[in-house]
Amino acid sequence: MTSPAPSVPLSHLDDLWFQVGGTLCNLTCNHCFISCSPKNDSFGFLSLDDVKKRLLESVALGVREYYFTGGEPFLNREMVAILVETLKFGPATVLTNATVLKDEWLADLQAAYSKSRYSLEFRVSIDGFSPQTNDPIRGEGTFARAMGGVQKLVQHGFLPIITAARTWSDERELEVVQKFVAMLREAGYARPRLKILPTLQLGAEEQRSCGYHELDRVTPDMLADYDASLLVCEHSRIVTDRGVHVCPILIESADSLLGQSLAESGVSFPLSHGACFTCYQYGAICSNASSGRSRAKA
Amino acid sequence: MTATVLKTRIALLGGIYSNYLALGEALLDIKQLGVDAIYCLGDMGAFGPYPNRTFPLLRENNVLCLQGNYDDSIGNQLDDCQCGYTDPRDNHFAQISYDYTLANTSAENRRFLRGLPTEIRFELGALRVLLCHGSPRKTNEFLWESATSSHFLEYLADEHSSDATFATHTGVKWRRELSGGRQFVNVGVLGRPENDGRQCVWYTLLEWSAAAGLAITFRPLDYDFRRLAQEIRQEGLPEEFAQTVETGWWTTCLEILPGKERSQGKH
Repeated sequence: MTSPAPSVPLSHLDDLWFQVGGTLCNLTCNHCFISCSPKNDSFGFLSLDDVKKRLLESVALGVREYYFTGGEPFLNREMVAILVETLKFGPATVLTNATVLKDEWLADLQAAYSKSRYSLEFRVSIDGFSPQTNDPIRGEGTFARAMGGVQKLVQHGFLPIITAARTWSDERELEVVQKFVAMLREAGYARPRLKILPTLQLGAEEQRSCGYHELDRVTPDMLADYDASLLVCEHSRIVTDRGVHVCPILIESADSLLGQSLAESGVSFPLSHGACFTCYQYGAICSNASSGRSRAKA
Repeated sequence: MTATVLKTRIALLGGIYSNYLALGEALLDIKQLGVDAIYCLGDMGAFGPYPNRTFPLLRENNVLCLQGNYDDSIGNQLDDCQCGYTDPRDNHFAQISYDYTLANTSAENRRFLRGLPTEIRFELGALRVLLCHGSPRKTNEFLWESATSSHFLEYLADEHSSDATFATHTGVKWRRELSGGRQFVNVGVLGRPENDGRQCVWYTLLEWSAAAGLAITFRPLDYDFRRLAQEIRQEGLPEEFAQTVETGWWTTCLEILPGKERSQGKH
């Protein structure tokens, strides 16, 4: 590498993320980019009080919407209360594997959602349209359990966004998407929403695939005529139990911790990681479609 | 517009999407009401048939127009509409619509679109009014009611020095009051119905007086949607577009909707 990594300033804090489930997860997916598992407690839960403080801090900064991830957020016993509180401030999206959802939680969330002017989105990770395609990645029996969660969400009046990491070849994309849609309809989800994500060659995925090559980096000339608003770090930050980091993907990298306050974290960040290259390639990998951030055009 | 005006009434039209039939009805309605100015917040083309039929109506009625993302694309003959869709199905239908509109918009009308401003500002007394297409900071940004926090709108109002911001782009009208009497208004669109099972389309009436301040009214508009659907079919545009105007339910551009707005529709 001869060129230094280009730095991207935070143009505005549109999306505030919370690593609300830490790195604890009831599943151990073999493509997880931060190696979450039932035993990984390197990042801890955020409490309702932690989140409330950040929500209040975010108002003066004009944050547009809030995202919650983990680990599995619903292992955090305060998760329902956290989402109910967030819906008083703005739109909320929670990334879940949907295997631990309880009817009483969803009833409470539907009540709060109905009263709120804001959307509550559930992004449910399922990585194949069948047990045969999903379970080798996410674990034995996880397809049936996740689909049970999807059906619960639909029964409670939500329209979950099924999120799948692309572990198939580009040529098979159309076929895979069609099979996903057919499977979801058959399961009673009449108008399925789907988001396909690239894999990130970090954490467990680094073992599964080959990891990033040293040439998989963003260089300054690659940003010429590039819409930098597609990069997560251009408009997002994430709160963990250690402080405020640059983006949800890099929390395990020491240089991702930018400060203790949201205001402190508004500094430029050098795109020096392999994962920055994936973010650059695909664009808007973490945002919801309703944000209108699109890899093509604009 | 100057600070000496004591009261005014202004019509604000959102995306027309080549629905010249609805535009014609809107202009009749506006004429009956009597207004001091008519503004269109951009996106003259898309979905509908015969894009050139929109422009004479705009010119003859002195409609002051902004440049939307579609207008920028058509005016500059770009490859796509810059609508900001992320879903392949949304982009598929958007591209069909865009290719048809580009092929059927005259050079003169493309020149007109190319020269439009991306924002218009004026003052009503001390009230600073900003007209834009998507958001004050980006032409093709979607500001959905359920996906936009109030403090984000406060930020935009501060950053862009606006007390009353008017936008379109999403296709669904909404309004939110902000601090200090400021507000954000999505004026809706004339181009297609609102995904609520009704065939009518909407525009916005702004009334202001020094004594009473600002009043906003969303006005529903009936038009000959059957004829529009027939012409969409005649022109070989997707059946899905005709179904949307006939049923009032969106059939395309669905994945861009946040959960709350999607739930309110049928598809």
